[in-house]
Amino acid sequence: MITGFDPKTEGRDVIVTRLDAAIDWARKNSLWPMPMGLACCAIELMATGASRFDIARFGAEVMRFSPRQCDLMIVAGTCVYKMAGAVRRVWDQMPEPKWCIAMGACASSGGMYRSYAVVQGVDRFLPVDVYISGCPPRPEALLDGLMAIQRRIEHEAALKSLRHDGRAPVGSGVKGPIIVCGDYAPKGGAP
Amino acid sequence: MTPQQLVEQLRARFNGAIHNVTEFRGQTGVTVARERLVEICRFLKAECGFDMLSDLAGVDNYGQYPRFEVDYTLYSFTHRFWFRLKIKVPEDDMTVDSVTGIWRTANWHEREAFDMFGLRFRGHPNLRRILMWDGYPYHPLRKDFPLAGMEAELPDPEAGAGRAEPAPMLGGPFVAGSGARPSSQREPRQYDTLAEREEKQKLHGDTA
Repeated sequence: MITGFDPKTEGRDVIVTRLDAAIDWARKNSLWPMPMGLACCAIELMATGASRFDIARFGAEVMRFSPRQCDLMIVAGTCVYKMAGAVRRVWDQMPEPKWCIAMGACASSGGMYRSYAVVQGVDRFLPVDVYISGCPPRPEALLDGLMAIQRRIEHEAALKSLRHDGRAPVGSGVKGPIIVCGDYAPKGGAP
Repeated sequence: MTPQQLVEQLRARFNGAIHNVTEFRGQTGVTVARERLVEICRFLKAECGFDMLSDLAGVDNYGQYPRFEVDYTLYSFTHRFWFRLKIKVPEDDMTVDSVTGIWRTANWHEREAFDMFGLRFRGHPNLRRILMWDGYPYHPLRKDFPLAGMEAELPDPEAGAGRAEPAPMLGGPFVAGSGARPSSQREPRQYDTLAEREEKQKLHGDTA
């Protein structure tokens, strides 16, 4: 970054920061979500993506339908056992570092579906970072969850995972989950 | 043609195969012999104008003999009335002749009845499960199957999605015991541990 920098040809505005901070800043402001829309929560997810709520304000508007280009899985809706293997496969295909939001009651706990067919929470097979309550959660709550993930990414040691054996997941729920209250529209600061 | 005339026609043609005629809210239903089902269906479609199979459903009359039943809900756009065919299926011989050759819509309906009740449709082109995954060992809409489900292996163990486990029922939204608090005050997952569940079951006499 600094090597070869010539103030005469490249201007005089220089910012000095830690590389960790620069990487974290870039990561948190360009989360590319995997829209794992499984049920009605996906409608709220779409509303969050549309102009009124506009997830682009947080740099996360690039919904990718290929897992290989995503780093944030938003599980929006009821996950049945038949789908669980597919969801897990998509998650496994996403490159590290990656994060996961369980959006809504069903994804978080099975919701009202106490039944033989429904997984009682996607945390049974995914490392969930943020749980959002609500049935479905308001789009503001999803944005709140996204901001919670951004705050988490901000304080990650991005380079540390490189120095390790490379297998240690960066974002995968290791610090314990964040729970976002989704049944009201949060006003202002963090809950 | 009226439903009564249709029943008369059926009686005249399939003598002895028409067991029981019921009428409920202006709709007629007949129980017919299982062996002659396809014959009767073909007659109904080709000569009586029953061009739509609206629904095909399995029924589990647990504790009765014969235990299972298959209902065919037909509609005729020519005569504009509904007609219901029923066949009885005993538990020890769960085979039913497929009607996919007559109404193509029966394909998925028969797969569902197979999936949920274990009815085998003879002559079905593709009798696989449609809602549960292939290899699932149970038939969940049978009356002796618990709503919470049974432990089962998932189809794709290397995907790492774990196993299917019974859902915690007690304290859930569909389980109300006498004297229980209203659902708005109940934490749905509070009785998750097995010991607590058993304790609660004893207390309330609930069967979850």
